[in-house]
Amino acid sequence: MADSMNIKLKVWRQAGPKAQGRFETYTVPEANPHMSFLELLDVLNEQLIKDHKEPVEFDHDCREGICGSCGVVVDGVAHGPQRRTACCQLHMRHYKDGDTIVVEPWRAEAFPIIKDLVVDRTAFDRIIAAGGYVSINAGAAQDANSLPIPKTAADLAMDFASCIGCGACVAACPNASASLFTAAKISHLAMLPQGAPERKLRVTAMVDQMAEEGFGDCSNHAECEAVCPKGISISAIAMMRREYVKAVMS
Amino acid sequence: MSSKNPLRSPVGKKLITGITGLGLVVFVLMHMIGNLSMFTGSDAYNEYAHFLAGLGPVLYAMEVAIVAFFLFHIVNGIQIWLGKRKARPVGYDTYRSAGKPSQQSTSSRSMIITGSILGIFLVIHIISFKFGPGGPGNADAAYVTNVGGTEMRDLSKLVLEKFGSPFYAFGYTFVMLLLITHLRHGIWSALQSLGAMRPSLTPLVYGVGAVLGMLIGLGFIALPLAIYFHLI
Repeated sequence: MADSMNIKLKVWRQAGPKAQGRFETYTVPEANPHMSFLELLDVLNEQLIKDHKEPVEFDHDCREGICGSCGVVVDGVAHGPQRRTACCQLHMRHYKDGDTIVVEPWRAEAFPIIKDLVVDRTAFDRIIAAGGYVSINAGAAQDANSLPIPKTAADLAMDFASCIGCGACVAACPNASASLFTAAKISHLAMLPQGAPERKLRVTAMVDQMAEEGFGDCSNHAECEAVCPKGISISAIAMMRREYVKAVMS
Repeated sequence: MSSKNPLRSPVGKKLITGITGLGLVVFVLMHMIGNLSMFTGSDAYNEYAHFLAGLGPVLYAMEVAIVAFFLFHIVNGIQIWLGKRKARPVGYDTYRSAGKPSQQSTSSRSMIITGSILGIFLVIHIISFKFGPGGPGNADAAYVTNVGGTEMRDLSKLVLEKFGSPFYAFGYTFVMLLLITHLRHGIWSALQSLGAMRPSLTPLVYGVGAVLGMLIGLGFIALPLAIYFHLI
């Protein structure tokens, strides 16, 4: 494996929400296979700063693949080519010396661009605020065994709860639908007794909010599941639909 | 618990599209099986058409239901497509599918195109056959036959004439290939929309849906090609 790689980056640059964006092409001559994709962007930004140019804005936080802050479309795929991986955990060893990589922000009306690769994902916060919580007074923590939950239910709830809200599902969906995100939250709480008292209110309020935010409708392409860094199954969406029907029929 | 407007909600739209879609699958399946009666002879085909026409109010009720299913399916499909355009006004410079478990395909991406062509075909098809010579409001003595002492419309004659022309035979075949494409994504998608899917069943249901769609399409294609190439 070569220690130094020459990587070309075609990056979307946009000065602000209303500004006209465009692609800029940069060369990073000092990339190496051990870097993460975000570290490649860091190196690019150091170059740009040295040249007295605006660095490329991108969201990031933990860089461990668990916070959901980062997320860009890499060569046409949300979070890039590595399955079940946020782009902070995508490493340059998957690329060859001389490769050109196209980097774009999430594209959706409900995720307006703030600057360059940073988009406003507060639409997700409003979907959660509409009902993605349990509002019982918990008091002191109960004894774990006082509330029996079958292991299969707990495991499935955990699978749905692993959603980090990065927005890759919306970015990859040909319809820019937020169904997988919304469904993961609804299904996670629907699997557990703590979520039961508010399950009907939750599903209708969250589905309504999702529509209100201007996300598209789902067409069952299942592209969301393929790019989800947590591999959340579209069975969450099937469950959301069952929950919704049960809620409006009662 | 009431949603603002359940039938207009993202879930409601998918339920309507899925339920009407599955209803239309049953309709095209029955239609295709009915068409195959032509392979047992013109009389059998005419008798089957005569039997359907003789159902009277039952037939009208079925026709109203089928038209309603088509309208709801079309209106929802167009709304989902328009919504998708609004939800992503600026597209990607580079976009590709991440591969399995994605079910994204030419079939899933072209539902609006295949659906629109099928819709236009449907109108031409009904004008050509149902309301063609000898049909309702278009009496024509040349298209009347006598099977076992009963006078009835000679629909078989019309079918043989139409599919003798390459325009009809191959045009119909092309549109039925689009139907196969539409159903390949549609049958699986309808079941997912109804919440009937679980991950372990997805490959099976997708496969069965695609095969059923193909059988329906090939069943339709068999008749025009057999007529055009003088196999029946």
